[in-house]
Amino acid sequence: MSELSDFDDMYQEVIIDHYKNPRNSKKLSGNYDETKAHNPFCGDEIELQLIISEDRIVEKISVTGRGCAISQSSGSLMSDSVYGKSIEEVKNINLNVRAMLKDEELSDEDLDSIGDSYAIEGVKKFPVRIKCALLSWAALKELIDKY
Amino acid sequence: MDLERIRKDFPILKTKVNGNDLVYLDNAATSQKPKLVIDSLVDYYENYNSNVHRGVHTLSVKATNEYEKSRSKVREFINADKDEEIIYTRNASESLNIIAYTWGSRNVNKDDDIFITPFEHHSNIVPWQELCKNKKANLKYIPLTESGDVDLDKFKSMIGTKTKLISITHMSNVLGTLLPVKEIINIANSTPAVTVIDACQSVPHMPVDVKDLDCDFLCFSGHKMLGPTGIGVLYGKFDILNEMPPFLFGGDMISEVTYEDAKWNDLPYKFEAGTPNIADAIGLGFACDYLKNIGMENVWNHEIEIGEYIFSKFKSLDNFEVLGEKSKEKRGGVVSFSHNKVHPHDIGSGLDQFGVAIRTGHHCAMPLVRSYGIVAASRASVYIYNTKEEIDIFINRLLEVEEYFK
Ligand SMILES: Cc1ncc(COP(=O)(O)O)c(C=O)c1O
Repeated sequence: MSELSDFDDMYQEVIIDHYKNPRNSKKLSGNYDETKAHNPFCGDEIELQLIISEDRIVEKISVTGRGCAISQSSGSLMSDSVYGKSIEEVKNINLNVRAMLKDEELSDEDLDSIGDSYAIEGVKKFPVRIKCALLSWAALKELIDKY
Repeated sequence: MDLERIRKDFPILKTKVNGNDLVYLDNAATSQKPKLVIDSLVDYYENYNSNVHRGVHTLSVKATNEYEKSRSKVREFINADKDEEIIYTRNASESLNIIAYTWGSRNVNKDDDIFITPFEHHSNIVPWQELCKNKKANLKYIPLTESGDVDLDKFKSMIGTKTKLISITHMSNVLGTLLPVKEIINIANSTPAVTVIDACQSVPHMPVDVKDLDCDFLCFSGHKMLGPTGIGVLYGKFDILNEMPPFLFGGDMISEVTYEDAKWNDLPYKFEAGTPNIADAIGLGFACDYLKNIGMENVWNHEIEIGEYIFSKFKSLDNFEVLGEKSKEKRGGVVSFSHNKVHPHDIGSGLDQFGVAIRTGHHCAMPLVRSYGIVAASRASVYIYNTKEEIDIFINRLLEVEEYFK
């Protein structure tokens, strides 16, 4: 598809790459936190597993699921963005991703914090798909807010 | 049918979407509007905007005449007996709710049965669920045979004196399946139950004759049949409507008000409280004119021809599955499909970039879509202005989208 502009913003190469080859998709073993997020309207599903270390760092993460390219790639990108980060950093990244999709002004520092997940920025032009992009971030919030 | 001329009547078909010619295949959600209908709205607001039924001045008389003329056109369109049997509502959902709230609350009691089918739109499920909850009545589903047809024999054995209401869609908005409404009504008429037809997907597309069907109620929306949004129809047999309590109370629906009490107005005004949607009702009348002019037989034949063309295209595609009715005699121009890998949202967003508008999701029929083991599907639905060339564009673009996400 060559003539696509906004579309290419939404489905950047990185997104298609993460959709086809999701990262951190191996289920964890040991003592992990787990949650499932799902959107009953379109059937998108994300299963998230986390191990938070004693010094409050994301030590291990696993994201799996089913659904559209946006929801699934966003989960994969998220796992890259938050891996190795502290709880406080992760909470901040989560806020920044939401702000980015709402098209709010972000400082350079906040934008940097988002890391690879910046790739989903183009979804903001497609309001009906923002829910897809935020599914994994909602799951993450649920687990992280306990800390 | 002169397709080229028809297409000229729809200004929106000249619109470019993302740089491409619009290919509009979301007609089951809402149809496009011909210039005639659009002009009728402008004409009303520019030349005779006024309230109805209450003024003696020229504009009010004209507005009242046009509003009532439109009612007659709708009556004629579905071959009802009397203008009084045509109640204007906002849409089919409101029409169905009126039945549930007024007829239902008066006539349905504890342990009574209400029947619907597994093919229904949420609008023909949820009002009955609520009514049954309130009344401690039972909502039952007419069973299907192994091949997915309505099981009329089983249905016969399930109904009786406790059966109060049967509400069925004429054609599924997801699968395009035509239901044997006449047979079901026939069976129902051996009991005291009233019959309701959700005609949202039939009245816009095929000849519908309420006298021939012999249903007690029939509901549809103007916006799916070339008319404006915000106007719908509740048809009911005169005697039944006449017995029903009003739904909303206020101006226009009364004949006399004292400080203590009020008397209800005659039909159809008893059910049209407050200033109605005058402009859009008038627009709907013009939509009926337009369709009548083409002839509903012609409309239907064109749609099944295009629908059949879509089916034949899908037959040769590998990773796609068409949901629902395969036999040509039992379906209209609605085709839902799924892909074994690519999610409907990605298909819908992809096609949109090429100007092709289809619907993706649960189509307001979650239980039905889930019965296919999926949560969402893609749907192409046609109308009088769609061409085979447009279907070719749709299919070619669909394959490009598939390639992109595969
Ligand atoms: C079969 C059927 N019933 C009911 C409805 C509800 O129509 P409306 O949203 O206009 O009330 C629709 C429209 O989507 C439909 O297709």
